[in-house]
Amino acid sequence: MKLDVNGQVHDIASEPDTPLLYVLRDELHLNGAKYGCGLGQCGACTVLADGEAIFSCVTPVSALGGRRITTLEGLGTAARPGAVQRAFIEEQAAQCGFCIPGMIVRAEALLRAHPDPTEAQIRTALQPHLCRCGTHMRILKAVRRAAKA
Amino acid sequence: MRPARRDFLRRSGALVVSFALSPAARAQQPGGHDADGLPGSLRVAPFLDSWIRIDAGGAITVCTGKAELGQGIKTALLQVAAEELRVPFERLTIVTADTQATANEGFTAGSTSMQDSGTAIRNAAAQVRELLEAEAARRWNTGVEGVHSDGGFAMGPGGQRAAYGELASGLSLHVQAKPASRFVDPRDYRVVNRPIPRVDIPGKVAGDVAYVHDLRLPGMLHARVVRPPGYGAKLVALDARAVESQPGVVKVVRDGDFVAVVAEREWTAVKAMRALAEMAKWQESTRLPDAASMPRVVLGLKSEDTVIHDKRATVPAGARTFEAAYTRPYQIHGSIGPACAVAHLEEGKLTVWSHTQGVYPDRQAIAELLGMPPAKVRVIHAEGAGCYGHNAADDAAGDAALIASHVPGRPIRVQWMREQEHAWEPFGPAMVAKVRAAMDASGRIVDWDYGVWSNTHSMRPGPAGNLLAGQHAAKAFKPAPPRPLPQPAGGGDRNAIPLYAFPSAHVVHHFIPEMPLRISALRALGAYLNVFAIESFMDELAIAAGADPVEFRLRHLEDARGRDVIQLAASRFGWKPGVRAEGGRGRGFAFARYKNLAAYCAIACEVDVDAESGRARLVRAVAAVDSGQVVNPDGLRNQIEGAILQSASWTLYEAVSFDAARVRSIDWATYPILRFGAVPETVEVHIVDRPGMPFLGSGEAGQGPTGAAIANAVADAVGRRVRDIPLKAARLRSTRG
Amino acid sequence: MTKVRAGMTKVVAGMTAALIVAGCASTEARAPKVAAPKPPQDKALLARGEALSALGNCRTCHTRPDGKSYAGGVPFKTAFGTVYSTNITPDVESGIGAWTETDFIRAMREGVDRGGHNLYPVFPYDHFTHVTDEDDRAIYAYLMSRTPVKAPHPHNELVFPVNIRASLGVWKKLYFKPGPHHDDPARSRAYNRGAYLVEGLGHCGGCHTPRNAAGAEEPGRELDGGEAEGWHAYAINARSQAPVPWTEAQMTAYLKHGWQADHGVSRGPMAPVTDELGDVPEEDLRAIATYLVTLMGSHAAQHAPAAAQDTSSEAATIYAGACAQCHDGTQPLPFGGIALPHSIGVSGESPRDLFNVILYGLPAAEGEAAPMMPAFEGAFDDRQLTQLAAWLRVRFSGREPWTEAQLEHELREARRKGGEGARYPAGGNAIDPAKGSSRP
Repeated sequence: MKLDVNGQVHDIASEPDTPLLYVLRDELHLNGAKYGCGLGQCGACTVLADGEAIFSCVTPVSALGGRRITTLEGLGTAARPGAVQRAFIEEQAAQCGFCIPGMIVRAEALLRAHPDPTEAQIRTALQPHLCRCGTHMRILKAVRRAAKA
Repeated sequence: MRPARRDFLRRSGALVVSFALSPAARAQQPGGHDADGLPGSLRVAPFLDSWIRIDAGGAITVCTGKAELGQGIKTALLQVAAEELRVPFERLTIVTADTQATANEGFTAGSTSMQDSGTAIRNAAAQVRELLEAEAARRWNTGVEGVHSDGGFAMGPGGQRAAYGELASGLSLHVQAKPASRFVDPRDYRVVNRPIPRVDIPGKVAGDVAYVHDLRLPGMLHARVVRPPGYGAKLVALDARAVESQPGVVKVVRDGDFVAVVAEREWTAVKAMRALAEMAKWQESTRLPDAASMPRVVLGLKSEDTVIHDKRATVPAGARTFEAAYTRPYQIHGSIGPACAVAHLEEGKLTVWSHTQGVYPDRQAIAELLGMPPAKVRVIHAEGAGCYGHNAADDAAGDAALIASHVPGRPIRVQWMREQEHAWEPFGPAMVAKVRAAMDASGRIVDWDYGVWSNTHSMRPGPAGNLLAGQHAAKAFKPAPPRPLPQPAGGGDRNAIPLYAFPSAHVVHHFIPEMPLRISALRALGAYLNVFAIESFMDELAIAAGADPVEFRLRHLEDARGRDVIQLAASRFGWKPGVRAEGGRGRGFAFARYKNLAAYCAIACEVDVDAESGRARLVRAVAAVDSGQVVNPDGLRNQIEGAILQSASWTLYEAVSFDAARVRSIDWATYPILRFGAVPETVEVHIVDRPGMPFLGSGEAGQGPTGAAIANAVADAVGRRVRDIPLKAARLRSTRG
Repeated sequence: MTKVRAGMTKVVAGMTAALIVAGCASTEARAPKVAAPKPPQDKALLARGEALSALGNCRTCHTRPDGKSYAGGVPFKTAFGTVYSTNITPDVESGIGAWTETDFIRAMREGVDRGGHNLYPVFPYDHFTHVTDEDDRAIYAYLMSRTPVKAPHPHNELVFPVNIRASLGVWKKLYFKPGPHHDDPARSRAYNRGAYLVEGLGHCGGCHTPRNAAGAEEPGRELDGGEAEGWHAYAINARSQAPVPWTEAQMTAYLKHGWQADHGVSRGPMAPVTDELGDVPEEDLRAIATYLVTLMGSHAAQHAPAAAQDTSSEAATIYAGACAQCHDGTQPLPFGGIALPHSIGVSGESPRDLFNVILYGLPAAEGEAAPMMPAFEGAFDDRQLTQLAAWLRVRFSGREPWTEAQLEHELREARRKGGEGARYPAGGNAIDPAKGSSRP
């Protein structure tokens, strides 16, 4: 099958029921989406499908043939970070950083739908995401900063 | 990690690796006896080039035996080195824990990295700069006093300039460190005590190769382990032929009770693992204790008692006595990224990439597991998700090594599943603390009697029997006998000795060797419960004395730095004696000096409790911290903020669930932690500046004070004391039941 | 006391403009200040009042997710704007602290506030009218014993309608049948107790009975299945489509624990109901079960053998990649996914809740162990979702397939309004994972 990831169309060799996460990581060598639980409980694997946040760990790749997938890598690079990534760097909103890619992608989806979100909207949007280092206050600040950018 | 490996070789290839030859390298751990009077980890690696290397092109590499765990240690150590070398921060690179490239600094644990490695690097950098300046003086035929350094150059009195690289080419840095160094005056700091942005964050937010999970070696295979259903289960039967014949499955490894599947693709491995799990027949025999009566179970286990503090004085007549008991359940580290490791056995040499906290002890365990000489095993630290102590990282490394030994020639990547991480990681142990105190009529504590019951807090590798693979393999290894960790840092008794100036105090550590559940080091070890207990009880006594809790603490505390953080936290919080929060809100305060020898931390907080549902939330927290000389104030704030939120989650929600046979909390639905809906409105961290003072470890300083401050605030809100962690809704409901 | 939840949207949509004016008047009415009454000390009375208030599910509608219990302010979006539930803590200014017991009983019986103004019928006085004075007194005593919370009622944000013709009084005349509940002497005590609770305080029909165009429960169609917060409330009478016939024991356990091994977990707007029921006396729950199971009758299990599995379709692949891990997994209920042959979501009369659950999942509970399911809202498009629902129906229920029009309509409705009722953590009660799987 063909899969559109970050604006590039790839031929995918994985089996159709393979969760998108493994296709992104192992076949396309993209590191942004992380395996955290494989159950859709922690949000570390979040990517965008046509701009909507989805859990790549529980979404079979075959269901996404017609969709435009955007991963963390599609938002910018370390040298040229996207607006949300830049806000996370400026707020130093990471400790181990493992959950952060999912948070950034979720924030991207939020800000596309609500460019000026309320505090409650930000917290509700991030509710599916877990952070264990306790970086929550900075993550919230980073999303607020990105909204203002 | 092809690029990373190449990077590493490029960085280290030209350098002489000399620390291994040093006489002190025999020592396993820093912090031992200080025969040469060398500070920090210079004790275990006294040659300067173990820490600082400069090649002819002027590239400077800092080497540390400590690992980046998300605490920002790379950045902080680079700051220290840049400052003392007087070079721009951006010019330095760092190599972290690798048995073939860095000093043996034991474990990256116990908030000791700045004290151990930071101190070593600071001294080494200062002494390297002195050597470079001396070399410049020699070349210029001038006195060394006239030479100074800046921007990576030595500069002479007559305007001479020489680049470090040029000077270093004629110089050996393989020189024994001296006990004392000529440091940069803290007033001249340009890099230290500045919020330098972390070097690792841009790559992490952009999806670069940043974690062991991201390694993709040529020919790498994916493995999954089929764990037994519970502790001690024995594999009775497994017909793996159907799975092994599936396309893409390379091998089913069966080694005693250790079962794993190796496949070309990751999803194939996952599905094969599930199929094997369904087919495997296990015999379970372990009986776990009754979770509901854990405190009683803990007190009922046989203990070895040690008096760790004994200062007796006559208790004046007429003193009122008070007593209470405090408990914590088993709790998990709960890394967001389950453990992962890559191992490659090639031509009799094994290389393992692991997010272990101790590459050398892990190497020891893996070598023993596979019966290989340690010199044939190399363990390289590659970052994982935050670990917060000894989690499953080492186990995954052991798994990968054992599987690689069955599938030599190809790199093996093992990724643990979420349910495996939750059920099999070594937990923070359940504990009980009992305290009795006597208080005189003036509200002064005149006697203090404290006991803490706990397992050890370290079952780390070193011994192969401390790895799950070691326990499950056909050639099985028994876990090493548990040992209490010695004072003054302590294990279960960490922070059990009160810092307050009580005229009479007696503290006993009841060390419990038997471990019904698998346990090891969880951030702050016993300090979490001991501070929770001491600081809760101080609050109870303050209330009994009719005193303000902050004033009551100051009344009993002589330590000036402790008093400073208490006063700073109270004032920034707006703490007012006698003022009570309204509408179900409560305020609480707590304080501790971590390990009684590291950072000071005081926390004031406000909670909101809904009486009907019992739901408690941390609304606001204000912390004050004294870490000695601060290297990166923003990094320090990040650590303390994190400690507050993590400890809030531990304190309000968390307990491992288990029944007689198995651990039953196996994901985030069965073991819930803090989510954004309950995150506080504000968290502030205020730093006491201590220029030039020794570094004090801070990574764990907030755990205990946060737990106690929340409990005190909850008691303030509901008018009732809850002494058992977690402070769950069911325990706080007003009238139900 | 604007009781809002059950069929709220439809109720408000069905009401005429005059009702809105009347409603505003009732919230505007300000009674003279009086001192807050002293909390009563009769412990038995309070305990009974607490259990009764749980049976009446007061807390759910009168508590914001981030607010204090009973302090109201829960917003309910309707076709006419937003209505907020009221503060029923004993705060004198903003709550019901100034209400006398007589005021309270009159509100329950007649649907009028302290000043005599008509209340929105979404406060289910059409059911509460059946509650005995004795029970009302206990509920009143309990509410008055709560901590007063100052939480002023947000002004209802209702659109002013153009034509004002009828009044709330007309609606009441047409649809409100005040009066006590009457026991059926031919039936057991438990049955009658159950009937009293189901038809009265429990106001089950508020969600489980369909409503007419005026937003009133349709006479003669009691418990035939209705709607709540965008969710279908299944038929709980003889029309029940439960794939496994309910027994009294099963339903008692379900109401108490929020899940039952043969029926799954309580989710959507039912979750907070079972949450509140967790601590009420079990005999009351058993009485409810007795009554409802009697109504359901002995409808035979309609298990048809699963249709031949079509494993090549896109829906089958989605099931394998997204669903099977939990729904065919080894972890039992309540934390594992329900085996879909047991799921009312698949075998029920409407696919609405199947869509709701797939779209919005089961959210995490705050700090409590509770079943979770990921939301697939962004993952699948409408075509994939309707195909998946159709495939699940055929594969697991053996029932008449849903029509394409029905699937499309219900998916549209689920997307439009189901998210609101999906915010409640499933199961409702704190479930101990160590004991979870061993429960009935």
